[in-house]
Parts: sequence; structure tokens; C-alpha cells
Amino acid sequence: MTAPLLEVEGLRMHFFTKAGVVKAVDDVSFRLERGKILGLVGESGSGKSMTGYSILGLVDPPGRIVSGRIALNGTELTTLEAAEWRRLRGNRIAMIFQDPMMTLNPVLRIDTQMVESVLAHAKVSRQSALARCREALTKVGIASPDERLESYPHQFSGGMRQRVAIAIALLNKPDLIIADEPTTALDVTIQGQILSEMQALCRESGTGLIWITHDLSVIAGLADHVCVMYAGRIVESGTVDEVLDHPMHPYTKGLLASVPGANEPGRPLAQIPGMTPSLLALGEGCAFRERCANAQPDCTVAPLATIPAPGRTLRCLHPTA
Amino acid sequence: MAPESDSSWKRLAAEFAESRLAMLGLMLLTVVVTLALLAPWVSPQNPYDLGQIDIMDSKLAPGEASASGKTYWLGTDDQGRDMVSGIFYGLRISLMVGVTSTIFAVAIGLAMGLAAAYFGGWVDTVIMRIVDIQLSFPAILIALVLLAVLGQGVGKIIFALVTVQWAYYARTVRSSALVERQKEYIEAAKVLALSQPRIVFRHLLPNCLPPLIVVATVQVAHAISLEAALSFLGVGLPITEPSLGLLISNGFQYLLSGKYWISFYPGLALLVTIMAINLVADQLRDILNPRLRK
Amino acid sequence: MLAYTIRRLGQSLFVLAVMSLIVFLGVYAIGDPIELLVNPQADAVERARAATALGLDRPILEQYWTFLQQASRGHLGTSFVYNVPAVQLILEKLPATFELALAAMVIAITFGIPLGLYAGLHPDSLAGRAIMAISIVGFSLPTFWVGLVLIMVFAVQLGILPPNGRGETVSLLGIPVSFLTVDGLKHLALPAFNLALLKLSLLIRLTRASTREAILQDYIKFARAKGLAPRRVIGVHLLKNILIPIVTVIGLELGSVIAFAIITESIFAWPGTGKLLIDSINQLDRPVIVAYLLVIVTIFITINFLVDLLYSVLDPRVRLGGAAAA
Repeated sequence: MTAPLLEVEGLRMHFFTKAGVVKAVDDVSFRLERGKILGLVGESGSGKSMTGYSILGLVDPPGRIVSGRIALNGTELTTLEAAEWRRLRGNRIAMIFQDPMMTLNPVLRIDTQMVESVLAHAKVSRQSALARCREALTKVGIASPDERLESYPHQFSGGMRQRVAIAIALLNKPDLIIADEPTTALDVTIQGQILSEMQALCRESGTGLIWITHDLSVIAGLADHVCVMYAGRIVESGTVDEVLDHPMHPYTKGLLASVPGANEPGRPLAQIPGMTPSLLALGEGCAFRERCANAQPDCTVAPLATIPAPGRTLRCLHPTA
Repeated sequence: MAPESDSSWKRLAAEFAESRLAMLGLMLLTVVVTLALLAPWVSPQNPYDLGQIDIMDSKLAPGEASASGKTYWLGTDDQGRDMVSGIFYGLRISLMVGVTSTIFAVAIGLAMGLAAAYFGGWVDTVIMRIVDIQLSFPAILIALVLLAVLGQGVGKIIFALVTVQWAYYARTVRSSALVERQKEYIEAAKVLALSQPRIVFRHLLPNCLPPLIVVATVQVAHAISLEAALSFLGVGLPITEPSLGLLISNGFQYLLSGKYWISFYPGLALLVTIMAINLVADQLRDILNPRLRK
Repeated sequence: MLAYTIRRLGQSLFVLAVMSLIVFLGVYAIGDPIELLVNPQADAVERARAATALGLDRPILEQYWTFLQQASRGHLGTSFVYNVPAVQLILEKLPATFELALAAMVIAITFGIPLGLYAGLHPDSLAGRAIMAISIVGFSLPTFWVGLVLIMVFAVQLGILPPNGRGETVSLLGIPVSFLTVDGLKHLALPAFNLALLKLSLLIRLTRASTREAILQDYIKFARAKGLAPRRVIGVHLLKNILIPIVTVIGLELGSVIAFAIITESIFAWPGTGKLLIDSINQLDRPVIVAYLLVIVTIFITINFLVDLLYSVLDPRVRLGGAAAA
């Protein structure tokens, strides 16, 4: 059997701060096949973005990867040198961030920011680099690319800027794209467009996509698999259909119930009681037990990841039916 | 906003103490201020009492003993005055001028800044225009010209220093006050009409204080430095009130003949004072700056 | 862009007018203009004659108007001491001051920005902390004391650099400059370094603070995520962002440097406008003081105006406006 595109096993990434150790990513494992889309869902602080950064090697001190494996096409990433990382980033793995206004450098032209991405990984002429950029912009649906190339980021709308960011991600035909909440800052119509465009692009080129979001409804229409994260751990995972139709973890169930569409009109919105715990004060046991309707005395011991059914994982001692 | 409780003062003090450099600065500053305050009692002689100095002792190098057997640890100047005493007295005057001018400048700047923020409208525009224009010119130039017109004297120097400094405080206070004023409007839209000035002052004022404290501390150093420069140039304090600047100026003419100590040591005292103040101010700025608090 | 320029020009002229009014009032209304503008050795008859000649018996508004007319033509009185038009004196000495000021800025920029950048990128390293410590020291050192020490060490003890005066000059585009001769450079070295020290410290601190803030920005993370070499991330992405505010600060500090040159020129007997001013103050050569004020104010306002323009040109967000196309 060929190695999966991406295999993450037992990833642990901690921040060593003066106030204590923050276990931002705590024993995270999943796989991604070529051309498939994985949704990484969770609230802010659940560790989903940090997982993304870890895969890209962009974790800065005081954080570092403590243990675990990350394998891209069989190559182990956690032991790479700085120069080898640079060869991978923007080349074999690309990342799209949340706010394109802040991720595109406001004082540099678009063509500068795109061409440098090409030239960093291939010895081609500036002309052919520019041609590639034009191609990429057209692919993401930007008309008159030459004009756009000579502009600055602030001259575009939010949706446009994010398309540029996606175009940059596609420039070097990466094997894997990690998208960190790319449509959260955009309005709904644009969001829908970009989602379907990304989906089509990935199917076409066989690129793997990890879509990080807090919004379950986005995942529903987009992804093949989903991992639900809470307090740095993956509490449930499986195919999108399985998890959304038959959620097992109380947290997943709560998330699904709190989506406005799932509620009857006129009734108050269902909410998960309580607040996300501070990662500094987690203590032993299941991180969700303070807010869980199903919690029992034995939940004070942290549940291990189990495989309740083929292709699914679960971290819960008392799942809902 | 309630006034700061005891525990937050203690917390601030503890945070301040985290920096060894800042503690060093504070220690040096304490030494300097003590020497300055107690100058008449700790100086080996009163260098401005003609009865105590001997012209035969003039221009002795540091550590040299005079014909009469007295050892001058930092030497003497051209009039036979003991450098150590001269420096203590000079510190006294330099500090006095610096601190006094800062206090007055703060008072005026505070009043102006609060007025500008509170009244808004044309009052704000006029005050800030004046502030802008004044701040676009270097302090030393304005002070120099003022003193050229006014002449010498302690009062005049303080006046010049105050004139040069108030604008900076006004601007700082105004920004803090404006930020606070905005918050109040959001929280309690109906209140804050001009009918409740006391509440406004009780809210505006405490929030302006932290940045003001930092700025004022740094500015004391600037004021001292500026006065020294002006005295050095000959337009500052008159000879009857010899600050460190004047001492340095006095000794300048002997520099080329190798009698460096007449200028060097007063300058060193000035340097230590300014550096100590800056070290303390830097740490204050770090602990009082909300953006750097993680 | 054009509208912005015209608006700033208008503001500058307004400030110039206000300053001229202040100077005028200071000279004519507060002080005794006779005392200020007439040679103190003149006798009563000459004074009366001067009073009429200066139009001091006319209403104040008319006097102000005359003053402005004269000022715009460069007639700001005659120096008591040198007996030449005050403006001419000032303009003669200006090149020396500019040379000193520019040399100081060049030193400050060449060393300040790289050192500050390093300190900002490696704040906890030994070198980074040393740089900060040096900048604090440099910031606190009173300019004139540093000048003294420099003279002490380099001129008296080591004897390798001259303690005062300006060196040989050659003519560059009709202006006498001294940095093109070896002797000129030797004379320029100490005063330029003395003047540069304060600005050097300022630039180090500014660059360090800007770097520390900028490095946390998302566009830096994104640049790294693209796999760009660190040299490019720092040298292009970071630098271009922080240079915009830094350049404007440098421009504004230029005015301050010209003012601080007064002290340096006095210490090193550098024959510039600063030394001229101090001498004039001590010699009560009042027309020169007035002329100096007006010339300096004009220079300042011009620099501020040019810096504003520069900022709007450098920052593409200001230059091109926020045209958000769909």
C-alpha cells in the first residue's frame, strides 16, 4: 500500500512559558490521502491552528514539538534542518492564512510577492515566473491578472486578496495545502464561491487539503474526513457523513446542536454550557468533563483514543448513543 | 475606575525590581539625590565661601595634596575650589532646576491637555496647534532664544525650561484623556454631559497618570541635560548659581593643557545622574505599557 | 496626491506666517526695537534717525507689513559686530553647518539601522543586549560632555585628531565643502561623531522597537511559510515596512541635528551658524539673532514639509489611496 500523503502520529507540541507549560497540541494523530480534504474543527484555543503550524515547522519559541511523527510522502518532517524546511514550505506544502490583509505585505506589489515565491524554489527566469503567476491568478478566477499583478494589496477587496493568497499557495503545485480559517474574514457569498473553487482545484490536481475552521457547516459541504479538536486533543474523527450524522462525542453533538440551522425557529439557540478551559489549568482527566452532560466519576482519568468503528476514532469513556 | 489598591502598587514595585539595571539606576539616583540634598553638610568645604578657599591650591590634580596638607580627591579648579564640593553643590542646583521646571511643566501640560480633551472643539484645535508648532522646533533653540531675550537668572531658566517642556505633556495627557473619554461614552451614553465634570476628572485623570509618569521621569533628565547645555553655552545659570553645566564650561579652557579634571568630573556626575534617571524611566515605561504586558 | 501637497503647502506657509509674526512681535513690540536693531554705541541723533528710517513711528500693522517685505527680500538688518547684512553672514556660515549635520546623520544612519535591526532580531542575545545598553548610554550622555571627552582622548592624549576648527575646503558646485580633503575629514571626524551620537542611539532604539513589533506581524509568518530565505524575509519584507516610518523620523531629526549643532560648533569652534549664534548672543549682536531665527524657522518648515511629502510617496497605501476594486 502506498504511503498516505500525510501521516501525523502522536504529535505533541508544547509552549514552555513562564506561567507554565501549555500543551497546545496533545497526542494528535490523523492521515490524509492524495486529493482528499480533511476538516480540522474546533473552537479557538483547541489547537487546530497550532497543528497546522507544526506540520509546516513554523512553531516559534517558547513552543516546540515535543514528540510524535509527521510524515509527508514518507519523509519524516520533525527531524528536518532549517534549509530542508525552507525547500518544503511554499513548494511541497503551502499554507493559506486567515486574514489576507495582514498576510500580504502592504508595501510590496502583488507581482513581487508572487514571483519571489516561484523564484525561491525554482531557477527560472523572471518572465516565466510571471507567466506562472498570471496562470495561477486566472485559475482562482481573477480577471485581468496583469493589472492586478502591478497593484498593492490594499487596492483589493477581501475576497480578492484571499484569492491571491490561494493563487500563491498553488504556484508551485504543492502536494499539501493547509488552509487556516481562510474564509472566516469574508462574507458568506464569497465564502461559498471560494469553498467550491478550492474543492474543485484539489480534486483536479490531487492536492491534499487540510481545512482548519470553527465552522462545522463549512466542513459539511467541503471535506471528506473530519477531526474534531478540543483543548489540544482530537476527541472524535471519521468521515464527514459518519461524524455529522452519528456523532459520538458529547462535544461534537453539542457543536452540531448549536449550529443555528439545526434549531427550530423561534426557540433559543442551544449552547454548550461553560467556557473553553484555559490550557494552563487543564489538570488530569477529560478536558471536556466540566461541560459534559454525560460526565461520570471515572472521567477524571484522561480517555485514550479508541477505534469504535473502522475509520473512526473517539476519545471518550461515555459517548452519546 | 476605582483608585489603585495597595496590592497593585506592590505588584508594580515587584515588577520594577525584576530588572537589575533599573534597580541599579534607582540606587544611583538615590545616592545622587541624597548628596545633592545634603550638600552643605557632606561637602568637605563650601566652595563659594571665599574664606574657605585658597588660590594657592588652584589647579591641583586629583588626589594631590596642597601645600597646607589638604588632599583634594578630585582636584581643584582654577580658583582653588575643591571639585568634590563643587560637584555636590552643582548637583543640588542642577537637580533643583530640573525637577522644579518639570513640576511646573507637568502642571501646565496637564491642565492644557485635559482642557483640550474635555472641551474639544476650537479649544482643542487652538491648544493642539500651538503644541504642534512648538514641538516641531527643537527645545534647545527655543530655550536659547528665550534666554537671549530674557537674560540670565534662575527664574528665567526655569521659565525657559517650562516653556519648552509643557507642550509634550499636554499632548501625552490629551491622548490618554481622549481614549478614556471614548470609553465612557460607549459605556454610559447619557451621562458625561458637561454637567458632571467631577466624575469626568476622577475618571480621566487616573488614566492619564501612567504615561505621564513615564514621560515626566524621562523629561527630568532632559531638563537637567538642557540646563547644563545652556549653562555651558553661557546663557544659562549665572555664576552665582553654579550648576554642573557651568562647572564644565569653566573647566573647558583648561582641557587643552591637560587639566581635564575640572571639566571631566562634573560631567561624569551629570552623566551618572542622567543615566540613572533613564534606567529608572525605561523600566517604568516597560511595566506601565499595556501593550507589552503579556 | 496633488490635493494633499497643496494642503500641506498651505499649512507650511501658515506656520511660517505665524512664526514671522512671533519674531516680529518679539523684536518690535516686546523688546525695544531701537535697542535691538541699532548699534548700542549710536548717539541720540543717530537713534532718532534710525527710528524714522525703521518706520518705528508708524502703526504696528504697517510696521509688520514693512517687516515682511524687507524679510522676503532678505533685508533683516546689519550686524553690529561685522557690519555686513545679517542674512549674508548667516548664509555664508550655513554650508559649514549643513556639512556637519549631514555628516552626523550619515554616521547615525549607517550604524544605527543595522545595529538596531540586529538588536531587534536577537533581543536576548549578548550582542543584542549590549547594543541596547550602549544606546541607553549614548542617549544619556550630554552632547557637550562627550565632545569634551573626545577632545581629551583624541586630541590631547592621543594627538591624532585636531581639537577644533574646520579643515581645508574645496569648492563643490560653488559651495565650500571640507569632506573632500583629508585635512577636512580629520577636522570633521570628532564634531560629526559627537553630533551623531544622540541620533545614533535614537535610531538604534527606534529600529529595534520597530523590528520587534514588525517581526510579529502576519506577513512575516506568511513570507516564511512561502519558504523564502531569511535574508529575503528580513531584508525585503521586514525592512521595507519599518523603513517608512524610520525615514520620516530621520527627516524630522535633521532639523533637530541642525539645532544641536549649536553646542557641537561651540565646543569644536566649528565655523557654522550655531557658533555664530552663540557669539552673537554673547556680543549682543541682535540683528544676527533675528536673522538666524527666521532663516532657521524657514529651513525647519521646509524640511517638515518635504518629509511629509516623502512619507506620502513612500507608503503605497497613502500614495495610491484605498481603491478597493471588487
